[in-house]
Amino acid sequence: MLDSKIPPGPLEEKWTKYKGSVRLVNPANKRKLEIIVVGTGLAGASAAASLGEMGYKVKAFCFQDSPRRAHSIAAQGGINAAKNYQNDGDSVYRLFYDTIKGGDYRAREGNVHRLAEVSTNIIDQCVAQGVPFAREYGGLLSNRSFGGTQVQRTFYAAGQTGQQLLIGAYQSLERQVALGTVEMHTRHEMIELVVIDGKARGIIARNLQTGELERHFGHAVLLCTGGYGNVFYLSTNAMGSNVTAAWKAHKKGAYFANPCFTQIHPTCIPVSGDHQSKLTLMSESLRNDGRIWVPLKQNDDRKPSDIPENERDYYLERRYPAFGNLVPRDVASRAAKERCDAGYGVGSSKQAVYLDYADAIQRYGKIEASKKNLGNVSAEEITALGKEVVKEKYGNLFNMYEKITGENPYETPMRIYPAVHYTMGGLWVDYELKTTVDGLYALGEANFSDHGANRLGASALMQGLADGYFVIPYTLGNYLSDEIGKGSISTDHPAFAEAEKNANDRINKLISINGKQTVESFHKRLGKIIWDKCGMARNADGLKQAIAEVRALREEFWSDVKIPGSIDEMNPELDKAGRVADFLELGELMCIDALERNESCGGHFREEYQTADGEALRDDSGHMFVSAWENKEVGNWVLHKENLDYEVVKPSQRSYK
Amino acid sequence: MNLNLKVWRQKNSKTEGRFESYQVNDISTEMSFLEMIDVLNEKLIKDGGDPIAFDHDCREGICGMCSMVIDGRPHGPWQGTTTCQLHMRAFKDGDTITIEPFRANAFPVVKDLMVNRSAFDRIIQAGGYISVNTGNAVDGNSLPIEKDNADDAFAAAACIGCGACVAACKNASAMLFVSAKVSHLALLPQGQPERKQRVTSMIAQMDKEGFGSCTNTYACEAECPKEISVMNIARLNREYLQSSLSGK
Repeated sequence: MLDSKIPPGPLEEKWTKYKGSVRLVNPANKRKLEIIVVGTGLAGASAAASLGEMGYKVKAFCFQDSPRRAHSIAAQGGINAAKNYQNDGDSVYRLFYDTIKGGDYRAREGNVHRLAEVSTNIIDQCVAQGVPFAREYGGLLSNRSFGGTQVQRTFYAAGQTGQQLLIGAYQSLERQVALGTVEMHTRHEMIELVVIDGKARGIIARNLQTGELERHFGHAVLLCTGGYGNVFYLSTNAMGSNVTAAWKAHKKGAYFANPCFTQIHPTCIPVSGDHQSKLTLMSESLRNDGRIWVPLKQNDDRKPSDIPENERDYYLERRYPAFGNLVPRDVASRAAKERCDAGYGVGSSKQAVYLDYADAIQRYGKIEASKKNLGNVSAEEITALGKEVVKEKYGNLFNMYEKITGENPYETPMRIYPAVHYTMGGLWVDYELKTTVDGLYALGEANFSDHGANRLGASALMQGLADGYFVIPYTLGNYLSDEIGKGSISTDHPAFAEAEKNANDRINKLISINGKQTVESFHKRLGKIIWDKCGMARNADGLKQAIAEVRALREEFWSDVKIPGSIDEMNPELDKAGRVADFLELGELMCIDALERNESCGGHFREEYQTADGEALRDDSGHMFVSAWENKEVGNWVLHKENLDYEVVKPSQRSYK
Repeated sequence: MNLNLKVWRQKNSKTEGRFESYQVNDISTEMSFLEMIDVLNEKLIKDGGDPIAFDHDCREGICGMCSMVIDGRPHGPWQGTTTCQLHMRAFKDGDTITIEPFRANAFPVVKDLMVNRSAFDRIIQAGGYISVNTGNAVDGNSLPIEKDNADDAFAAAACIGCGACVAACKNASAMLFVSAKVSHLALLPQGQPERKQRVTSMIAQMDKEGFGSCTNTYACEAECPKEISVMNIARLNREYLQSSLSGK
């Protein structure tokens, strides 16, 4: 049984007491301690900047050409914080409760409460950095609502919140680079973890520009490398997002937790053809004002504007009157799939539903007309005024939709369909964010800890920044205080040589296969298996098939993949091959985990376990645990469990009706 | 549709480059421009050739990693659009498309269409931040900001750091990029304490990196995928003058 090391005492005092009693490292000693940070998204950039400010010697790595490119930048809608600026009854407890409930009671109470506590500090910190959050005319911060909540606690910067938060963290990071506390390595990828006497002591990084392997020592290693959604091939992740660093750590002893908990986001632009390389999200914030519907009649080929109001099925409003279009993501995604599978889908593929802004445009138009005291206004004027308001709120998203589809969403409803977006699973960490390898930490989406089986909208940014700005600066000291007298370990140590040799052998093996099929073709086939059998709905038979198929595909990959070029130059195909090879192992583990979890919860929907009206049916007596998998060898894992104890919240069937 | 491509190929920064011609067939108008290159690369790999290296990541127009000059225009023919968001609807059957890397002394070619834009990071290091350590912040609402200022700061902060402004400019000037950051921070009360020092340091670093001077042709604004306004350059000039007069 795994020990999460949640501090004792009442829930709301745990973090305060922990901070008050945790061991510290004095400033003179911090200068002697080296920390490796892999990944420079919200979690990595905020951690590297904060630790640099504290005086540690930090080395940060990213595979992109600049830390500002990390995929946190693409987050659109917002960031939650329990500020209660709207006086609508929000509190730390409510944010905590909503997150636990939204996660379908598969997250740790202690971690989630801490997350809710520090959420308010994050907003203050970001404002101080100059993040231009949306403001009201009085000059104060503006909020909007998001799925799974009944208060307005989401802070935002148009539809570019992730960008603005990341630029804030990036600027803080670059400031530390200038001050010499952080050494930044761009276009570098971690491909091995170095473990010495049971402790993480460094990494082998590959310089993607030259192909050279480099050894880097650290007293501690922080993985802030994001999620593994690209195992599905098509996802809203960036093309380069990958599981490699986390997977290498997994193979060196870090347990991988809840890999089957993946989030399918309900509102993405549908697939348009086989050429598709990625999917684009339309922010959840659009569900604030947009209404989702399908025709009441099956296979209705009429244009949306020709379908009268009484022949439309606003199925979310019908099924979930209390939350309506703002139900959590897992619920909204499954409901869309249910309608499309039943033959009510729209568009040429029939794998889409409408997201309609016509009502919102009218509503805003009337408010504007009244605000401006316009008196007698025509219907056209109201529509024009309404469009202006919608443009200010969601303009960049509407533009993006138009560029991709060629349709004007101000005139015709958007077509949307669920797509892979986020992974709640990740490296198992304890309360201090430490993995099962001493000295190895995982932050942000790369760990598993705070979102249970389903993440609420606007909570990923919150967690990434919480871990980096306000958690790791405290918890890391507790480990490093024991390392003060130990000095650096030379990278000539045999463990470094061995890790480098392993990495080198693997790269040479990959390039020498010289088969017939491209890396991309293998990735597409893997994605299809996982999407079909371990996607929005899973069943035991399908999962067993998928496991066999992924194993066969992995063998085929290692005997027939074709990688052009050489290893000592910039070779994006080689980089991709290493990542796909790791996805081919992770994909199997996801299916094994999904098969093991004989219940439905959050994003994990096993068809065998549902209520009479098609809602997820949890099994709290048999599955109230975190699955943490230990890797023995390729294709062989051992399951460890961490029991989840609910001291404050009483788990019940989630209801959004 | 079928297209002819003339693509810049260059092994690395030390070798000379050249254009090579390729034919791509059966391209759907639904494809993005980068998906069209994916198709070509898959074919090149299968035929034993060398795929074209290009930078890209988010493919939704926000990370700023994709670049390319397409038919003489950074990010191609669509207004306010990154290369990754450009779709093949923009072209017609039989077109010949010329694809080059961003060209500037300060952006050396890494390979083919990839360039090194780390000069931008170093300009930010010179002062493109507010010096506030984690934990120093006051309550977010204790600092009201006039909505117009907040909106203008946001509009400047929307810069994605792609470098199209440099590639578009005949002088390879980075003024739009630098001015966007200077404006973003100068418009906010949080940015005031370092305001004068910031603009001088960033300009000094910009010059040191080898970017050219601004001669007000506004090509940068015309080609910026995020439509960052040249008003920011005017603000930068005012900031710089004030800073110089105050001796900072």
